[in-house]
Amino acid sequence: MRSRPSGSSVTARSDARARARVVPIILRLLPSLTLLAMLGPVAAGLAGAVLPAFGHLPAAGFDGPSLVAWERLFGWAGIGEATRLSLTTGFLATLGSLAIVTLITAGWWNTRVFGWLERALSPLLSVPHAAAAFGIAFLIAPSGWIMRLVSPELTGLSRPPDILVVGDPWGLSMTAGLIAKEVPFLLLMTLAALGQVRARAALELARSMGYGRVAAWLKAVFPQVYAQIRLPVYVVLAYSMSVVDVALILGPSTPATLSVQIVRWMSDPDLAMRLVASAGAILQLGLVVGALALWRLAEWLVGLWGTGWAGGGGRGRPLDASRPVALGLAGLSACATLAGLAALGIWSVAGLWRFPDALPDALSLRSWTRHAAGLGDAIGDTALVALSATAMALLLTIGCLEAEFRRGRTIGRFALWLLYLPLIVPQTAFLPGLQTFLLRLGADRGTLPVIAAHLVFVLPYVFLSLGDPWRAWDRRQAVAAAALGASPGRVLLAVRLPMLLRPLLVAGAIGIAVSVGQYLPTLLIGGGRVATLTTEAVALSSGGDRRAIGVFGLAQTLAALLPFTLAALLPALLWRNRRGLHG
Amino acid sequence: MAEGLTLEEVAIRLDGRRLVSVDRHVPPGEVLSIMGPSGVGKSTLLAFLTGTLAPAFEATGRVLLDGRDLTPLPPDRRQLGILFQDDLLFPHLSVAGNLGFGLRGGTRAERRATIARALGEVGLAGLGPRDPATLSGGQRARVALMRTLLARPRALLLDEAFSRLDAQRRARTREMVFGTARARALPVVMVTHDHADAEAAGGPIVRLTPDN
Repeated sequence: MRSRPSGSSVTARSDARARARVVPIILRLLPSLTLLAMLGPVAAGLAGAVLPAFGHLPAAGFDGPSLVAWERLFGWAGIGEATRLSLTTGFLATLGSLAIVTLITAGWWNTRVFGWLERALSPLLSVPHAAAAFGIAFLIAPSGWIMRLVSPELTGLSRPPDILVVGDPWGLSMTAGLIAKEVPFLLLMTLAALGQVRARAALELARSMGYGRVAAWLKAVFPQVYAQIRLPVYVVLAYSMSVVDVALILGPSTPATLSVQIVRWMSDPDLAMRLVASAGAILQLGLVVGALALWRLAEWLVGLWGTGWAGGGGRGRPLDASRPVALGLAGLSACATLAGLAALGIWSVAGLWRFPDALPDALSLRSWTRHAAGLGDAIGDTALVALSATAMALLLTIGCLEAEFRRGRTIGRFALWLLYLPLIVPQTAFLPGLQTFLLRLGADRGTLPVIAAHLVFVLPYVFLSLGDPWRAWDRRQAVAAAALGASPGRVLLAVRLPMLLRPLLVAGAIGIAVSVGQYLPTLLIGGGRVATLTTEAVALSSGGDRRAIGVFGLAQTLAALLPFTLAALLPALLWRNRRGLHG
Repeated sequence: MAEGLTLEEVAIRLDGRRLVSVDRHVPPGEVLSIMGPSGVGKSTLLAFLTGTLAPAFEATGRVLLDGRDLTPLPPDRRQLGILFQDDLLFPHLSVAGNLGFGLRGGTRAERRATIARALGEVGLAGLGPRDPATLSGGQRARVALMRTLLARPRALLLDEAFSRLDAQRRARTREMVFGTARARALPVVMVTHDHADAEAAGGPIVRLTPDN
């Protein structure tokens, strides 16, 4: 027998050797690669906006530094209005959706009604923002479906009234459209957070002390839930302040919102306007950062007041009067989206549809056949970009999670912030700079840059969706498989991935839905060469051809919805004889 | 060189605090019972043996199987079979698929014959195509044991392997596992909190205490 050196050094060395085999080099590099794919474009885009904003864009013949861009930005007549709109729509949409989600959960969690809302959640989530916005426009416009349903019986009108509803100067219809889309998102995040919080016990305890349902929720459960959904709320705030496609469809046009104006400047044939757009991008970033700071301050103040309120012992039973209101608002936001989709669907097959008629005279597939060619091309581009970006996101995410698993360490709070960063930095703040950056590299056109830009937004959602089920997997399965002689790679491919098929497919469906819904990355990075269902649909918004919008809006929704349907059906089909994998 | 499983001056620490220390030799066919209240580090010891100890722990000492040092080997090269309190049958594979998972080599026909023979041996003939979720608890425990044995382990680890079974099935399953280990001359390390398990094993008992 060999002489044995002291135990600890042997173990340390052998551990290192064993681990080197367990975590191959490519797997060690994947987390860094993922961060690069996700944050590289954001960093390059922000950096790419700074120089042009200060008058330096040699590619277009501008040598800075100068303040010309800022002078022109602040010289623009709409700057005050645009700034105000960004702030009001952002705060109103965030407050509105957070209030609806909080009150509906407080008033109705664990009831049959809440179960219905939960079932409507997946389809509502998968509806792209643009399609939802079009649908709402089709409902509330002066010649929209609602007015048609009540005319002429209730209104006495035989022609559409001359009022500005869609595109109102206060951005209210745009805010409503945002709320309808953000309520399902925040509700999903709240439900996920409830899995981490012992809500039922806290609620029962408070109710046994005589607290009303809503007060018990607000005082005992909400603080814990809010701590978990803080980052998603920041995403909603940043998004609502800087959204472009919803603003083009439902927002005011004279002046437009700041983000819409940035995109207009970017597409101006006069290259000098790119400098102004860059300055606008930095202003938009500043506005979002300022709003987030303000929101954080408000969180702190509400928290301070709330601890006193909760400790004050008031049973708050009158608050239960908010239950019907909450139900009405949540139902309204869900119905607005669903009825809007129905309106899109009817317009897509409408023959002649005169104003006060509730339904068209005749139905026909003419609009679909007329747009068949354009639709086919758009579906091709949409599928190519969505499938590539999602496949890359899934590979990177699985790699990161597997590296984390084999190293036995989970990612910390800081990494979670990094994951949310691309969702919080406004798209209009870094995509113009990214386009300028790619222009300098000569890679500003074509499908590959678009896929890379989509990956920035697809990756965080895929990671957030897959992370929890991946970590909840019973790791003893891996020990059992290894004890049977399975290498780590075989454990991953033959045991873990098949067992996690359902969450993998759901993560893929979410990735595809996110990619399908992207407007700005496709528009700005594709240089007009990549036409997806979303860019085509939004491009139709100014023309007002409702039949064409109906066709493209519905196709866009189906493209996002189909993967969710497959994700639900495939495991049931593949594992039909495997009871252990259901429920 | 001694046949069997040797735990040579094994000591596991967490944050500098000693959790477990064991220095024992388990000859073929013998069962070493590790007893102690929950949280004392029994399963941690098994994780060290299988090579799946979380990095937060510091471990010293060596594990030798028939004189060969296992410590530097990855989990899948250690030839240690393990049974948990849950059967952990892979839910996406059939019963036969589970048995085949650990079975090495052979032609398709040979593998099929081996699996059929193994099922017959534990009284489950013909259940190969079944979904493991449709078997009874006792049947699943037998499939799990057979799956482990088909991978030809050279020692057996039991992590509270009987604690989920009711009293009657427990005695029968225990007998089957210990009998198989004796028949195949496998050294066994069993972690349990149940005295009846340790008594039935008939081997030496190591008691771990919180301030071990």
